[in-house]
Amino acid sequence: MTRYESLEDSLGHTPLIGLPKLAPAVADGAPAVRLWIKMEDRNPTGSIKDRTALFMVDAAEKSGQLQPGATILEPTSGNTGISLAMVAKVRGYKLVCVMPENTSVERRQLLEMWGARIIFSPAAGGSNEAVRVAKAIASENPDWVFLYQYGNVANTRAHYETTGPEIFQDLPSVTHFVAGLGTTGTLMGAGHYLREQNSQIAVIAAEPRYGELVYGLRNIDEGFIPELYDPSVITRRFSVGAEDSVRRVKQLLEVEGIFAGISTGAILHAALGVAQECVRDGVGADIVFVLCDAGWKYLSTGIYASDGDADSLEGQLWA
Amino acid sequence: MTNLERTEVRIPTILRPYTKGEKVVGASGTTVSEIISSLESDFPGLADRLLEKGELRRFINIYINDEDVRFMGSLEAPVKNGDSITILPAVAGGQM
Repeated sequence: MTRYESLEDSLGHTPLIGLPKLAPAVADGAPAVRLWIKMEDRNPTGSIKDRTALFMVDAAEKSGQLQPGATILEPTSGNTGISLAMVAKVRGYKLVCVMPENTSVERRQLLEMWGARIIFSPAAGGSNEAVRVAKAIASENPDWVFLYQYGNVANTRAHYETTGPEIFQDLPSVTHFVAGLGTTGTLMGAGHYLREQNSQIAVIAAEPRYGELVYGLRNIDEGFIPELYDPSVITRRFSVGAEDSVRRVKQLLEVEGIFAGISTGAILHAALGVAQECVRDGVGADIVFVLCDAGWKYLSTGIYASDGDADSLEGQLWA
Repeated sequence: MTNLERTEVRIPTILRPYTKGEKVVGASGTTVSEIISSLESDFPGLADRLLEKGELRRFINIYINDEDVRFMGSLEAPVKNGDSITILPAVAGGQM
């Protein structure tokens, strides 16, 4: 079915694409280790966050929290804001986004294009600061609707009800699921669903490791763990730096012709590490990982240029 | 262990007051727990910033070669020659 009544209805059902050239070679007679990429750029606004945004807005409408003409408030580094801005425009809400100032210019332009108002939070402290500022604004504006993707179970449910089932339906032999760790919604929702189908499926988190600026807390007690996070859903967790992420994003383009955003490079790095372990151990695997979005929104960082490297991401929130 | 076999440990900005501002320090040990004890003997007070009631503090993440030790046995996770260790505070990050 590829005909839809509206843009919102075209959410999800994204392709799962094999990467035969990127998958590591195995010895003759050894079981295959395959890599599969879930193309989340094929969503209405071009990122996996469309799932989160639509489910959160639907839930808030259903509960009566969101009334016609209301203002929605959300901390975001870009994609969730862009998704919410689209839904807000279509359904007649206003949107205020709190976004760290060290994000790419494309993300600001897209948010403004869809009619969102942006409040910038300081670069130092990164997303932590955006969350803190958004919480403060929410308490000062009790009539605004604070959906709060880090703690909103509709975020997890979006992936439990859509992303996870889509993967399992397309590839029942899936052995590993690798996704980015931000709000943790993708890993918690899809990971939980997949492990319910087959408890042997490994759920692997790849979190971006930024420059020091982002970890500039005044106090260790200012650390942050999303309310949605349940470590029991996860098997392993990797921290991936900008250099490895950029190298992998270029490799994906070079070897398989797929143009992904930078965070996908971090996820691919973890997926390839796991794939190589499977080859070493002589076990077959069907490793699914998530392409969060395409690279368009990150062109201005310069990393895709022939001489572009991770140095240009210093101090930026690239995922 | 000789000095040559000391494990590199990356220290986050917030804990560098304990390491006289050093970003990377050496430590000895075959588990995360032993590495922390080794750090404590060189930099008194540091262990208390990493541990609470004998467990890793909630907002402290430790990685061995980029992998989170909480999924590798936590404080008992094995450390081998040539491994590198990174300590980071837990912050909001990733796609949001």
